Amino acid sequence: MSVTPMVEAELVCKHFGRNEVLRGVSLTVQPGEVMCIIGPSGSGKSTMLRCVNHLEQVDAGRLSVDGQLVGYRQEGDKLYELRENEVAQKRADIGMVFQHFNLFGHMTALQNVCEAPVQVKRIPKKQARETATALLNQVGLGDKLDAYPSQLSGGQQQRVAIARALAMRPKLMLFDEPTSALDPELVGDVLNVMRELAREGMTMLVVTHEMGFAREVADTVVFMDGGVIVESGSPAQVLGNPQEARTRDFLSRVL
Amino acid sequence: MRHYGRWVAAFVVFLIAGSLVRSVVTNDRFEWGVVGDFLFDRRVLDGLVLTLELTVCAMIAGVVIGIVLAIMRLSPNPLVSGASGFYIWLFRGTPVLVQLLFWNFIAALYPTIDLGIPFLAPDLISLNANTVITPFIVALLGLGLNEGAYMAEIVRAGVLSVPEGQTQAAQALGMSRLQTMRRIVLPQAMRVIIPPTGNETISMLKTTSLVSVIAYAELLYASQLIYSENYRTIPLLIVASIWYLIMTTILSIGQYYLERRYGRGHSRNLPKTPFQKLKSVLVPGHERPAITPEGGGL
Repeated sequence: MSVTPMVEAELVCKHFGRNEVLRGVSLTVQPGEVMCIIGPSGSGKSTMLRCVNHLEQVDAGRLSVDGQLVGYRQEGDKLYELRENEVAQKRADIGMVFQHFNLFGHMTALQNVCEAPVQVKRIPKKQARETATALLNQVGLGDKLDAYPSQLSGGQQQRVAIARALAMRPKLMLFDEPTSALDPELVGDVLNVMRELAREGMTMLVVTHEMGFAREVADTVVFMDGGVIVESGSPAQVLGNPQEARTRDFLSRVL
Repeated sequence: MRHYGRWVAAFVVFLIAGSLVRSVVTNDRFEWGVVGDFLFDRRVLDGLVLTLELTVCAMIAGVVIGIVLAIMRLSPNPLVSGASGFYIWLFRGTPVLVQLLFWNFIAALYPTIDLGIPFLAPDLISLNANTVITPFIVALLGLGLNEGAYMAEIVRAGVLSVPEGQTQAAQALGMSRLQTMRRIVLPQAMRVIIPPTGNETISMLKTTSLVSVIAYAELLYASQLIYSENYRTIPLLIVASIWYLIMTTILSIGQYYLERRYGRGHSRNLPKTPFQKLKSVLVPGHERPAITPEGGGL
């Protein structure tokens, strides 16, 4: 295929001290594809996600985003570690949504969304505010522009966080268990926003426990356990007709 | 009788306090008249102004140095972090009085101050240390540099109190380390930084009196100058003490309200301020009275 994959991982390894979290993970995400990573806690799915925007450093293997190595620059056969601001520049093109929202507590919803476009991309404040207002409207929070995170429910906070990531016009969105910290009745609103985003053709890598969402929205579902990919394929294959015993065992416990 | 222990304790306290007050009032050598004469003396008030000036300047220097040192201390670069650690070790490890004397005699160590580029042009500007280093500069260097070391630890604690997720979110958005620190972390660290900074300011106000050893005419030295002429030592020390007490009281009240302000959103029920308490006593029915257990009244 001639299209450059959005994410390409080859035998990625990562350990924290003696604890090997990723033991050779290979996966490919095509532009416009939605990939859901499922698996038990401690299986390395979040770590894998954090490696993609270099919040964690890969110990071995190759990981590239949009054809460019993550955290390194290749010249001939040698790899050079990127400087801090180069890493920051690349992160600016990748949106990330966290399990615990991590909204900036001292800023209103609008300020949260405007911050990075103004500070990082140097977009004029007025223009950034217009874009941010439009984005917050889009996630259904047009009436909460001036609310502080502590005045918002979890679901509302997470939608602000998604708008904040989208304000940077990312080419790839990473979701790290975006609904795991939410009350059950608030999950739907966040999933709706994500569903809409997928429909618009955003490339998404989603770590999730929402099997319904994965079945409906994902192009590919990856099941991870013990730092390796056990099984991957279409939702129908992995969720509907799992081939591996470990996948079946996991699904029987969460479904 | 209930609570006889309380009555006994109250009586003892009353007895001691009473005899103290009696001795203070009847002992002529306190010379309260002289205290009154000099409380608003021109020289004393000038000294008071210098004390306040020095407190403000030294605290500003201390806060700025402290923030820089704290950011350096948290740097991943071991050399930068180490340099900050060394500074803190040096300035916290020696008495501020000794540091003040050192700066006072700096001219003996460096008769001229040369500014320039090492090796290439070592003395672009050459200044006479004795004329540049005035007593105010000495005081500012001594107090400010020392304060910086303490403020560094306060700022560092504040920075560490901001959850890791805030930094990660900022990084994920492509913000640099400095942007993250300035825009995201420091504003949120303020809640933790401000109360101890208030303490430091109150402490600084009193520490400025040490500067009297280098003949800088702040409040204490101004009083000393007067009693070296008229030998009314005790009354003038009382004059200085009264002014220190007034200023620290004002600062304490300011700190109380500042802490309340920054504590908002963290404790749901803030305790009442003294004024609110007074109001609820003076205006009965203004609020529902607290339920007191049987016999346990005030």
